[in-house]
Amino acid sequence: MSRKISFKDAINEALSQEMERDNSVIVMGLDNAGGRGTEGKQDAWGGVLGVTKGLYGKYGERVMDTPISESAYIGSAVGAAACGMRPVVEMMFADFFGVCFDQFMNQAAKFRYMFGGKAVTPVVMRTCYGGGFRAAAQHSQVLYNVFAHIPGLKVVVPSTPYDAKGLLIQCIRDNDPVIFMEHKVLYAMKGEVPEESYAIPFGQANVVREGKDVTIVAIGWMVHKALAAAATLAKAGIEAEVIDPRTVSPIDYDTIMKSVQKTGRLVVVDECTPRCSMASDISAKVAQDIFPSLKAPIQMVTAPHTPSPFNGALEDLYIPSPAKIEAAVRSIL
Amino acid sequence: MGLHRDRVTVKRTEEKPNESNESSTRYQGGNEMSELKKEDLLKAYRIMKEIREFEERVHVEFATGKIPGFVHLYAGEEAVATGVCLHLSDEDRISSTHRGHGHCIAKGVDIIGMMAEIFGKSTGTGGGKGGSMHIADLDKGMLGANGIVGAGGPLICGAALAAKFKGTNGVGVVFFGDGASNQGTILESMNLANMWNLPVIFLAENNGYAESTGVKYNVPTPNIADRAAGFGMPGVTVDGNDLFAVYEAAGEAIRRAREGGGPTLLECKTNRFYGHFEGDAMTYKAPGEVKRQREECDCLKIFTAKATAAGLVTAAELEAIDKEVAALIDEAVAKALAAPNPTEADLLTNVYVSY
Repeated sequence: MSRKISFKDAINEALSQEMERDNSVIVMGLDNAGGRGTEGKQDAWGGVLGVTKGLYGKYGERVMDTPISESAYIGSAVGAAACGMRPVVEMMFADFFGVCFDQFMNQAAKFRYMFGGKAVTPVVMRTCYGGGFRAAAQHSQVLYNVFAHIPGLKVVVPSTPYDAKGLLIQCIRDNDPVIFMEHKVLYAMKGEVPEESYAIPFGQANVVREGKDVTIVAIGWMVHKALAAAATLAKAGIEAEVIDPRTVSPIDYDTIMKSVQKTGRLVVVDECTPRCSMASDISAKVAQDIFPSLKAPIQMVTAPHTPSPFNGALEDLYIPSPAKIEAAVRSIL
Repeated sequence: MGLHRDRVTVKRTEEKPNESNESSTRYQGGNEMSELKKEDLLKAYRIMKEIREFEERVHVEFATGKIPGFVHLYAGEEAVATGVCLHLSDEDRISSTHRGHGHCIAKGVDIIGMMAEIFGKSTGTGGGKGGSMHIADLDKGMLGANGIVGAGGPLICGAALAAKFKGTNGVGVVFFGDGASNQGTILESMNLANMWNLPVIFLAENNGYAESTGVKYNVPTPNIADRAAGFGMPGVTVDGNDLFAVYEAAGEAIRRAREGGGPTLLECKTNRFYGHFEGDAMTYKAPGEVKRQREECDCLKIFTAKATAAGLVTAAELEAIDKEVAALIDEAVAKALAAPNPTEADLLTNVYVSY
């Protein structure tokens, strides 16, 4: 029995259910409640885009709004995690990770390795990413490729409300540091989500659509662009298999390889800018490991190597579109 | 909340009634009282001596080329780590710096394991995969030496937050240097700890140098502790070469934190006898400076003179400790040299909990 709720509400539900279950789960971030220290309404925002609304009312002091000090509060979440808490700390926009790279790159990610296996750092850093809001260059980046590069971190990128709830619950229960990436455009998307609590394991790709002619790997919002392209291609008798990795670290290369061995053709759709993107990561790995299976060159459909533009028409050109995906598929048939 | 006070030296502590029998000894120096029994005094000496002998030996071993990478020696600063950590239990947490051997030893990290780690051996505290700058023992509340200047501030805020949530009454101490005092992480942590009333002690070890640059070039005020009022906490400056002064001031700050009185910025003025790293020719130091410091500012000499002059310990007792410490350091090096290296398989382990 499930009902349709939004991606945003699915995340809220995951947080609430885990906080109910486990007292060591705390939520931290800028304005995760909102209104603290004012004469006005408490829980005024519930996060800048409303994702954490209602949690302060239910869980009180376990929802901690922070000063604008990313290094301090992300680092506090890391330190608290190393000392037995399970913090879910929010980075308001993924772009702002630039303010505090050290705390997750050099501290959280590396404790376990450097300390000979004796550290457990179960911190979840959730953030919103991606374009489509005309939020311009400093509020629209993708960056999961940068985080996936770092050994010791896990990086999760759900594309549906169902995946969002199940993966976030897994993030909270996982004992490694995880970055959970929420595409801002997907917040409003509705989908079927079970009421009960459930966890989706990391490193398991989802074959969203089966097909025999071409494999399209797509991440996050791009899954839906790929499905739109696949629908158009199907009208021309071209059946695309669409694969959603769901987690980019760990990543399920096996499912991708099996699919390419079947179809012989690969298009990777990645909202990232192209240099060192997830597209280049997946493409290189496939080319290296199963080259004989390929009947045509791999195609990458990505943003261009520029910052995100503000103007709406420019931004629409910037983000990979179903038309561009379709063209890429046709170019290798 | 605004706790604006002028910078003060150590506040006089309340004199506690002596409930034990009369053989317990109190040290009385200047206007301050410090309750250190004989066993505590000997323990303090032992810890400082262990740190000193450990560092002097690492200096020697490093010069033979058998120690990989970089080491940053704490010799000269022993009273700071010791005076603070004497107040702490395993429930309390500390974060350290690249110059972390002293904090590790004072917090009770195993010296044999430490030396093996510095030599990169599999029997080291990190299995040989962390090295000198990343020695940690989470069970002992030692959140690690750290290769990133200032990184410990937020981590200890987190540890203190965890202590509050779990109701352990534990405190967190972030050790940082005059160089780190300007890192955003430290300044942000000071604000956060005061805003959230966290049980944190910001322990500034001012040894006068940030790598090769003098503190006068980095800090515009006479003392790092002068900044404390701006964050709403007490700021205290003490002679970091006097164990008793450090012990007294740290005790006050720790007591305040445990009782919910919030953070303190405690600055200990001290000196490092060696360079920023081993191999540093220290040309930025004045001629004769280190020699003078070893003669006049050596915390071990100062402690010995004060404690023996007051009749609290005897020279023989201290010499006995000297011998034991020397043997322990010899043992640590011998074991480190003999220990195996990590294996090729070890390269890939412990990246994640789950794989």
